[in-house]
Amino acid sequence: MPKHLISIHDFSKEDILDVLRMAADFEKQPSQPIFHDKVIASIFFEPSTRTRLSFETAANRLGARVIGFSDAGNTSVSKGETLKDTIMMVSNYADLIIMRHPLEGSARYASEVSKVPVINAGDGANQHPSQTLLDLYSIQKTQGMLSNLKIDVVGDLKYGRTVHSLLQAMSHFSPTFIFTAPEELKLPDEYKLFLKSKDIPFSETNELIYGFNDADIIYMTRVQRERFTDPIEYERVKNVYSLNLSMLEKTKPNMKILHPLPRVNEIAYDVDNSNHAYYFEQAKNGVYTRMAIIAKLLGEK
Amino acid sequence: MEKHLKVSAIKEGTVLDHIPPDQLFNVIDILGLAHSTNQMTFGTNLDSKLLGKKAIIKIADRFFKDDDINKIALIAPQAKINIIHDFEVVEKKELSIPATIKGIVKCMNPVCITNHQPVETLFTTIKENGELKLLCHYCEKATSEKNIKIISND
Repeated sequence: MPKHLISIHDFSKEDILDVLRMAADFEKQPSQPIFHDKVIASIFFEPSTRTRLSFETAANRLGARVIGFSDAGNTSVSKGETLKDTIMMVSNYADLIIMRHPLEGSARYASEVSKVPVINAGDGANQHPSQTLLDLYSIQKTQGMLSNLKIDVVGDLKYGRTVHSLLQAMSHFSPTFIFTAPEELKLPDEYKLFLKSKDIPFSETNELIYGFNDADIIYMTRVQRERFTDPIEYERVKNVYSLNLSMLEKTKPNMKILHPLPRVNEIAYDVDNSNHAYYFEQAKNGVYTRMAIIAKLLGEK
Repeated sequence: MEKHLKVSAIKEGTVLDHIPPDQLFNVIDILGLAHSTNQMTFGTNLDSKLLGKKAIIKIADRFFKDDDINKIALIAPQAKINIIHDFEVVEKKELSIPATIKGIVKCMNPVCITNHQPVETLFTTIKENGELKLLCHYCEKATSEKNIKIISND
């Protein structure tokens, strides 16, 4: 059994299914104070309101006490303390550490220093595995299963870490992918090679609605201004990659739209009330999934 | 053609031959030779049928463990290792690239934790279309062969 959750590769297919099963159980009964005698450290070296509140809600619903900080500014880190020393100290106090840090690989390093389990709540642009698990939970919940689904992934496929982890995790469940991205933000070759090595079929397009009518899941991501060298190109892409209600007329009835949030204008507000919109429930699923991750690593249930 | 050695022979020890001349000082660095008290000769820009020009290192009374010597495979994959006893070559070794590399190489990702905190680098080596790549254990990014930068052993 894995001791930490640092990268989605750390969890086998069985571990993933185990977390999803536990998450469903927590959804039925969200207040289960099984860890009333535990202290959980939530240490955020860079701010992330959404992820931090989701994790801390999960910890509280499990009855645990939460210590930590939401910004490295007022801590010993600003006095020049190394990450190793901070982790050594915190792992003396807490039973589990949830960490977000701007440097890539910081969570792996923390897990090697820490005496208690570490959950990576995002290490720079590298990994954010709890997001991936809640995405899988949302997919399973809306489709009734994870296998043999058609998933249209849209937006920034080059730098989007949620996209990369999602396709690695979904690779256990024989999906078919459609990758919809502007030329500048196409999926890197290394991921295409990975999919080929697993015999997972995929197609690529730069036309936004190309895959919509076929898809079981449309996974939207944010196209960020800083990824473009040419600002005019960004404006053009931003306006083209905007999903609105009129594009959904012929989609499958079971199709759901997911988005890791925050959205900017890649999903128009008129989509929010449609049966296909699922991004806010997706965020809510995050709490149950994170309760399951904490419970799995603390070895209960 | 003159048939004498440009670099004098040793009685006991190790000869590292066929090192690319521009990698000589990196090899010295990786093996930590700057601090060694053994007798050593370094030759560089010598004629080589294999490489055109080559560098050579002769170290008296020193024998390396395979794990240590294989570290130089990253920068001098064609180097040949000759073990000398009583002026004779008693063993020739080829290098093989180790499965993991600890230390020695810098991760090319500027936002990798190893470039900001006192963390020793650790890589697994992968061959992709004949090209060597080092996959960082921490940030999970690949450093390609041409971007390999040696961390000085000084």
